[in-house]
Amino acid sequence: MSTSSRLHVPHPSARPGEEPDFSYLHLAPAGAIDRPSIDAAPRDIEHLSTELVRVLDDKHRAVGPWHPNLDPAELQVALRWITMNRIMDERLWQAQRQGKISFYMQATGEEAVSIGQGMALRPGDMCFPSYRNQGLFLYRGVKPFEIMCQCLSNTGDMCKGRQMPIMYHSAKGNVFSISGNLGTQYPHAVGWAMASAIKGEDHVAAAWVGDGSTAEADFHHALTFAAVYQAPVILNVVNNQWAISTFQGFAGGERKPFAARGLGLGIPGIRVDGNDLLAVYAVTLWAAERARRGGGPTLIEHVTYRGGAHSTSDDPSKYRPKDEWAAFPLGDPLERLKQHLITLGHWSDERQDALEKELRAEMLVAWKEAQALGTMIDGPQLDPSTMFDDVYAVTPPHLEKQRAQLLALED
Amino acid sequence: MAQMNMIQAVRSALDVMMNKDKTVVILGQDVGYFGGVFRCTDGLQRKYGEHRVIDAPIAEGGIIGASIGMGVNGLRPVAEIQFADYIYPGLDQVVSELARLRYRSGGEFFSPVTIRTPCGGGIRGGQTHSQSPEALFTHISGIRTVMPSNPYDAKGLLISAIESDDPVVFFEPKRIYNGPFDGDPNKPAVSWSAHPKGEVPEGHYTVPLDKADVVRSGSALTIVTYGTLVHVAQAAADLTGVDAEIIDVRTLAPLDIDTISESVRKTGRCIVAHEATRTSGFGAELAASIQETCFYYLEAPIERVAGWDTPYPHAFEWQYFPGQKRFAAAIANVMEAA
Repeated sequence: MSTSSRLHVPHPSARPGEEPDFSYLHLAPAGAIDRPSIDAAPRDIEHLSTELVRVLDDKHRAVGPWHPNLDPAELQVALRWITMNRIMDERLWQAQRQGKISFYMQATGEEAVSIGQGMALRPGDMCFPSYRNQGLFLYRGVKPFEIMCQCLSNTGDMCKGRQMPIMYHSAKGNVFSISGNLGTQYPHAVGWAMASAIKGEDHVAAAWVGDGSTAEADFHHALTFAAVYQAPVILNVVNNQWAISTFQGFAGGERKPFAARGLGLGIPGIRVDGNDLLAVYAVTLWAAERARRGGGPTLIEHVTYRGGAHSTSDDPSKYRPKDEWAAFPLGDPLERLKQHLITLGHWSDERQDALEKELRAEMLVAWKEAQALGTMIDGPQLDPSTMFDDVYAVTPPHLEKQRAQLLALED
Repeated sequence: MAQMNMIQAVRSALDVMMNKDKTVVILGQDVGYFGGVFRCTDGLQRKYGEHRVIDAPIAEGGIIGASIGMGVNGLRPVAEIQFADYIYPGLDQVVSELARLRYRSGGEFFSPVTIRTPCGGGIRGGQTHSQSPEALFTHISGIRTVMPSNPYDAKGLLISAIESDDPVVFFEPKRIYNGPFDGDPNKPAVSWSAHPKGEVPEGHYTVPLDKADVVRSGSALTIVTYGTLVHVAQAAADLTGVDAEIIDVRTLAPLDIDTISESVRKTGRCIVAHEATRTSGFGAELAASIQETCFYYLEAPIERVAGWDTPYPHAFEWQYFPGQKRFAAAIANVMEAA
């Protein structure tokens, strides 16, 4: 240790041109971590926040106490959702590059979080997503066509042209509206869960933020309220290692895992292999059952990697090694689930190729249908006078006056 | 009818609504067991239980954020922020979330949260217990901003706020919680019992959220104000002997400009007044709106009576507070101008 004080500025393990280095990631072999009873006392299970729950081993077998024993048919459905998520992302990324939409964000490399958790939650449970949870929307019944219309801000846009791409919502599917401000949904999830408890219902809430957004005050507000009222909520931190160009060390991840953020409040934390759909599913089910039975909140850190750029607006080769994802020790969630199913004898590369081909065709049809409802350049257009709707429950006189002023100018 | 001060009127509104609608819940610091630092929720936890009147951690962003989530899940939360001066840590939840949820989700989600918060000076609160930040909230699309000036309106407006599906920020001028205040701190305190608006029905009634109130008719000039200064303006009119018409705005946003314009067109002279700092205060919006609708009727420039553009100073509270002398000077200016 130095004798004088110094300012520590965190540095990632590798920058462009350097060898990727994930030696900082504490790993554990699949099956090595115990699965405590759902009524375990937080102080007895603190190790779950620093270890790594994994089910799929290096030979693609499912092992250990967290093995959720899902049917191969269910796993095939999960693989289909993950693949759909990835292919839809590819389609919309290209659409942005073609100038058809203004912006997009892919979930590449972290799809197992949305799909695995979607599978573990009940339809009546409420999701408060972040901007990389499009898989949750798909899983909960929002069609790729609807996602595309939102990204196009066209006449079929669920947001009526008011939000930039990726800010979806689904009241029907119990998925909350994405804000665009980071971490704000965390206290909403806790409040929603408190209301569920007040009403005597057994629905739970779940919320997602990235590693970077754990620095926001709302994250800490939410943890405090969740702990104080033992709200039935699952608080997820998707640690994909990067917040645009700053690595997770800038959110304080260098010395303690994000899963341990709640320990001081008595919130159990589980650090899970976020690229292992079976492990994600299993820990989510554990946390949901615990919450449903009055056991309060759980903080889950999903260790994963942001395979693509943060968004269409940044070039990751400017701030991290180009081949970093390939070196990530937890691999690719799609590939790992596929290999697991192949190992089980319930899938093949050929079937995967056929699935991808089918989904690509499906996405192309959806994209054509969505564009038929207009793009920002051509086709049918939204009526600008609707911009005054929904500011209030009933539009007040001053906004009606402004609407009339706009219409007079448009004539 | 009963005699109530503003604290009792606010409590009565909460009681009536909690009794009528089991989805109404209260969340805030010290609101539960203790009944609030100003006693506005006194007895409500004993009556409705600790699942409906909930003491909260000291985190305004958490109180407002959790209230939003509760509202999305079918409850009708009334959040209390102990002093308006403390609301800033929760401001992002108001601006970016509460106010815009209905809009951004194409009308699919909304959260009918009412935020109650005591505001204003005159209680030796210094710069962190005296502020009037109402103008900030009038600048946010999607929020209704309310400030009553008497017990009758406080109860009726608060019931309207709770019943509204729009989010409402409800400012309670704490100097007049216990009685009207004419701006002279050296006079003995007056209770609401002698004031006609201290007569408050015990049951359910509403005061509309889109209607200003002409509290005194006059022909010489119009004073447009709200909160504590409604009473100071009346005293100043009496002091100067000018036949002033006084309008209590009550709901600042959306603003009932029609009632105000009608009065100014009649009198041709206007003062806008508030306790908050002058620059970019709500008086600026009032003056701009009035000149848009009344320019050719005006006999004199619109005068502003407001707090100085300084923080609220502890020792110089009564030099800061816009009292009767400042009103009298403004009245003289407006009346003298050709």
